[in-house]
Amino acid sequence: MCSRSPDMMVSRAAITAVAALGLLSAACGPARAATTAHQLRVCADPNNLPFSNQAQQGFENKIAEVVARDLDAKLTYVWWAQRRGFVRNSLNQDKCDVLIGVPSSFEMVRTTVPYYRSTYVFVTRDDKHLKVASFDDPRLRKLRIGVQLIGDDATNTPPAHALSNRNIITNVRGYSVYGDYRQPNPPARLIDAVARGDVDVGVAWGPLAGYFAKRESVPLDVTPVSPQIDLPFLPFVFDISMGVRRGNDVLRDQLNAIIERRRGEIDRILQDYGVPRIDIGRAGPAS
Amino acid sequence: MARTRAVLPALKIGFTGSLLLAALAAACSRSKPADEVAQTPGRPAMTSVAGRSNGGAIASEAEDGQWVRPAKNYASTRFSGLNEITTANVQNLHLAWTFETGVLRGQEAAPLIVNNTMYIVTPFPNYLYALDLTKPGAPMKWVYKPGPIAAAQGVACCDVVNRGASYADGKIVYNTLDNQTVAVDAASGKEIWRTKVGEINLGESMTMAPLIVKNKVIVGNSGGEFGIRGWLTALDLGTGKLVWRAYHTGPDADVKIGARFKPFYADDRKPDLGVKTWPGETWKVGGAGVWGWISYDPQLNLIYYGSANPGPWNPEQRPGDNKWSSTLFARDPDNGEAVWAYQMSPHDLHDYDGVNENILLDLPVNGQTRKVLIHPDRNGYLYTIDRTNGEVLSADPFGYINTSSGVDLKTGRIKYIDEKEPKMGEVVRNACPAAPGAKDWQPSAFSPVTGLIYIPHQNLCQDVESVEANYIAGTPFVGMNVKMTPGPGGNRGFLDAWDPVARKLVWRIPENFPVWSGALVTAGNVTFYGTMEGWFKAVDAQTGKELWKFKTGSGIIGQPVSYRGPDNKQYIAILSGVGGWSGAVVAGNIDIRDSSAALGFVNAMNDLPNVTNKGGTLYVFSLP
Repeated sequence: MCSRSPDMMVSRAAITAVAALGLLSAACGPARAATTAHQLRVCADPNNLPFSNQAQQGFENKIAEVVARDLDAKLTYVWWAQRRGFVRNSLNQDKCDVLIGVPSSFEMVRTTVPYYRSTYVFVTRDDKHLKVASFDDPRLRKLRIGVQLIGDDATNTPPAHALSNRNIITNVRGYSVYGDYRQPNPPARLIDAVARGDVDVGVAWGPLAGYFAKRESVPLDVTPVSPQIDLPFLPFVFDISMGVRRGNDVLRDQLNAIIERRRGEIDRILQDYGVPRIDIGRAGPAS
Repeated sequence: MARTRAVLPALKIGFTGSLLLAALAAACSRSKPADEVAQTPGRPAMTSVAGRSNGGAIASEAEDGQWVRPAKNYASTRFSGLNEITTANVQNLHLAWTFETGVLRGQEAAPLIVNNTMYIVTPFPNYLYALDLTKPGAPMKWVYKPGPIAAAQGVACCDVVNRGASYADGKIVYNTLDNQTVAVDAASGKEIWRTKVGEINLGESMTMAPLIVKNKVIVGNSGGEFGIRGWLTALDLGTGKLVWRAYHTGPDADVKIGARFKPFYADDRKPDLGVKTWPGETWKVGGAGVWGWISYDPQLNLIYYGSANPGPWNPEQRPGDNKWSSTLFARDPDNGEAVWAYQMSPHDLHDYDGVNENILLDLPVNGQTRKVLIHPDRNGYLYTIDRTNGEVLSADPFGYINTSSGVDLKTGRIKYIDEKEPKMGEVVRNACPAAPGAKDWQPSAFSPVTGLIYIPHQNLCQDVESVEANYIAGTPFVGMNVKMTPGPGGNRGFLDAWDPVARKLVWRIPENFPVWSGALVTAGNVTFYGTMEGWFKAVDAQTGKELWKFKTGSGIIGQPVSYRGPDNKQYIAILSGVGGWSGAVVAGNIDIRDSSAALGFVNAMNDLPNVTNKGGTLYVFSLP
């Protein structure tokens, strides 16, 4: 579901007095290297808080503002739902230049240095006093558990695999991360389900859980999962970077410098949005 | 690639003479084209040859020189009774005219020919063109633009294709990618009705061609990867109102399993298997849509079609048979009631949808004529099934298979090979056939003259392994890297001629790329198909000898059709325009460095952009 707002579409005409920024180091081909000069063209989901939305209320929107300010560039967006085809239809079509948040080992794009590391978390209602902290907690065999469901062939979210590896299957309910795109922030339905009591435990990606847990009508507990990695290789913690088109090393280098230079501002934004961090010893949402 | 061919006996012993005579009679009955064309076309006037003959295609509907159903006829033979073009003169075939659709995505539709007008449905944005065959160059009469919403492209799994339209009662009926079934006045191009039958925001889309049976338009949904719940739906041809809907997961009442349901195998006879063969409530998002073909037997009054793969959970997260995914259904078209069902791939492990075509034939089996359907499945077996009761009479490999070791005819169950089962964290190498199967949607053809089935298909295996983090905002995850590779022999596709009585390959033409186009066979004993390089080929239906070829502008993944023009000549038409799942690397501008893109298909197709480009052109051929 790619809702694209035509008025936000940026035309290639923007590539004008560009090649500025001393892109002499552009190794190959015509220099469409960095951003288009005074524009920072960000590819983002228009309906996916706490990451981004079209009203620019997400923490990735705020971080994009920091980057644009540092570059002294005008911030523009190309909106596209983040699912299969997102990178192909936005970044790789040269419609935009930057993804603000991708896993650092995401192979489809060139990634920057990481700027935060978060974790999957267990989300429970405080009033149930469950305090689940491990996939090996025997109570998980009985409790009703909600996980995000991706639905790409041959893969699913790490918590879904962690549970099925432990033969915890029949009490697991899937919430499509795509959801019903007519509703605001479809992935948040999982957190809603915990608050409503439809499931006892939700296992969600930290930033999503940290943000929405604070906005539900009942107090919710957010606890990082353990272990951090299921063997042979199923991690629940991920470093997050910005991403640019492969080959656009110039912009990647600029962004690396900005991440370093603006680390304090970025950390503050992540804290404001309740992103559980495990890279700076602040697990759990700021409350 | 050396061609492997066996000599074909001139006459199929298994086929009765009456069949051959009937076929020839049909073929030769092109003497009064004007009268025939003046008949009300498309009316389900099923004068079944089966009533007069002991064998062959049941639905040898009288040859009227038109093409009003997706598969030419209800039996889905894609056999044209026209015989002006023969093995002796096909080398003289020349380009008569062309038409540019202006839509450069995968062209999978069969053109329809009704009342001297040709109708073409394009991929998204799903234009419908009407071309006037009575005038030189077949000028456009009108174009209908349904205006599907752009966001629908985001839920199409594998290119934004459309597999075509159906005609009946003065209406052209087809589906748009954003789940609208539309009926358009065939004469004026004016919309008569449109019905929204699905919801893109829930992951549904539509790509299949409807079948019209007795005043009902029968359609189904796509989107198993997005957590849909698959269904088949009948709409009233006159009004577009929903008449019935049968789901493929859930309680028996939802699946329309009731008193009439008599599956052949005991495993299928328990109540509510659409719930009980899934953990928890996973059946609610269990996939099993319908994006392939529907056949119809007017005598038995049953429609036949297959459901798609289960989703969106991985196999280990949905223990059980996951009924009724990857299943063939026989249903009463009047009310949707299921009469029997047979699951080809219980608990599907490899994305083996069951949606491929079902060719309805009356065949001699062990000395008896049986009413069968022939179904070449993604899982690599060509099933011959008694279409009256769902008994599997045979299941023969037609491609290279190492994910299973056969089908147990006593229980009907496929025998999976455990080490080829994909599991998170484990590497599975060389699983064959790959996810698109030994054969995908591309429909086969059957000739009652040769008694052979012409099966276009692919020859692909795949490696599956975990890779680095993947990306959907809100859930980073470890992706699976699916890389498809050519199967044994190194070529990626075949056109096979298969003898359904002897149950063996008769001849085989290897092609470099998957043969992703449909097949057409004619009473002139010529078989037509296209290649992804763009060659449109005519071969001898008896021997497979190449007789003629023409290089079109783009790779071919469409369905060839044959019709009689107002000038009484036989024409062959094909849409050229590469795309689809296999051709997404070209149609979708996918970076060939993303070897796992298009669900791993790009790895096997990374040389396709070197040989073809996007296109969307109709080519029409005739003798001089």
